Amino acid sequence: MRDFAEIWSYLAGTPLIWLTATLVAYALGDAAARLAGRAAAVNPVLIAVALLAALLWVSDTPYPVYFEGAQFVHFLLGPATVALAIPLHAALPELRRAALPVLAALFAGSLTAIASALGIALALGVGSETLIALAPKSTTAPVAIGIAETLGGSPTLTAVLVIATGLFGAVMATPLLNALRIRDWRARGLAVGVAAHGLGTARAFQVHPQAGSFAGLGMGLNAVLTALLAPLALGLIR
Amino acid sequence: MIHAIATLLVFQLAGEVAGRALALPVPGPVLGLALLFAALALLPRMAGMLAPTAGVLLAHLSLLFVPAGVGVVGHLDRLGAEAGPVVLALALSTALAIAVGAGVFVAVARLTGGGRDA
Repeated sequence: MRDFAEIWSYLAGTPLIWLTATLVAYALGDAAARLAGRAAAVNPVLIAVALLAALLWVSDTPYPVYFEGAQFVHFLLGPATVALAIPLHAALPELRRAALPVLAALFAGSLTAIASALGIALALGVGSETLIALAPKSTTAPVAIGIAETLGGSPTLTAVLVIATGLFGAVMATPLLNALRIRDWRARGLAVGVAAHGLGTARAFQVHPQAGSFAGLGMGLNAVLTALLAPLALGLIR
Repeated sequence: MIHAIATLLVFQLAGEVAGRALALPVPGPVLGLALLFAALALLPRMAGMLAPTAGVLLAHLSLLFVPAGVGVVGHLDRLGAEAGPVVLALALSTALAIAVGAGVFVAVARLTGGGRDA
């Protein structure tokens, strides 16, 4: 029998092990969420990320090696974003009827996300490099990175802040909206899609299909709006 | 399923090409989403072919964020002394944006007589 180190060094060079680990970690996170009755605090992404980060740390695996395997999952974000057109199309009659509230909530939510993040960070003495990365944090990662890079910000830091925002939004949306007694699934979904992009949209789809469609709409529209508003907001404070 | 995946990839590709050719600030997949949405308005029958595959992809949308999320953990130390203020700004502004967005939606829906939709 070959020794374990030899098998490990073979496996470590293939994408198989980290692709498997990603799916298993997510399946565990999803099982935990189901056991908890889909309580918002037991987020499957958060659990999977924590498990994998611990595994990488224990096995002393650098992130690029992990990503060799995980990239197959990551790649599907593109086609999944395109696929949001299907629930949006199915919801077209409701969307048309709600055009005014959608546009009003989009502007209010997008502006609040940018202005309050910059305002709070500025008041707490955060430096300008971080402010640039913070301004587009509510929009989908590729748009946010594009905006931050154009303004001279760090793409890595932007990605960190975008994902953190999505996790915060996915975890806090349900308890927050329940506390505010907002029961309209359209309002709940749209607000989460605008404030917390794809992670918020993923959470909305788990809660209610109508919330999911409106979240997808909010995410898509805010990708365009943040590209216009974030540079303006940063221009004002510099 | 193959037809559906091929269709999604074709629209993503079209979005990437259009975005780059016209130097738009919007990423390819989001443009692909808009293009597919327009195509479905013209050819509603396409929706039936795409729906099962789209349903599977979207049901597990949060799985697709795991690799990026793992990358974030290694970069948390980049925030250094700013970690506290930045986390506070992220949490508060995300809560505010959700509350304001949902509140404005409900208020405008009531004003315009849209009311709740069953």
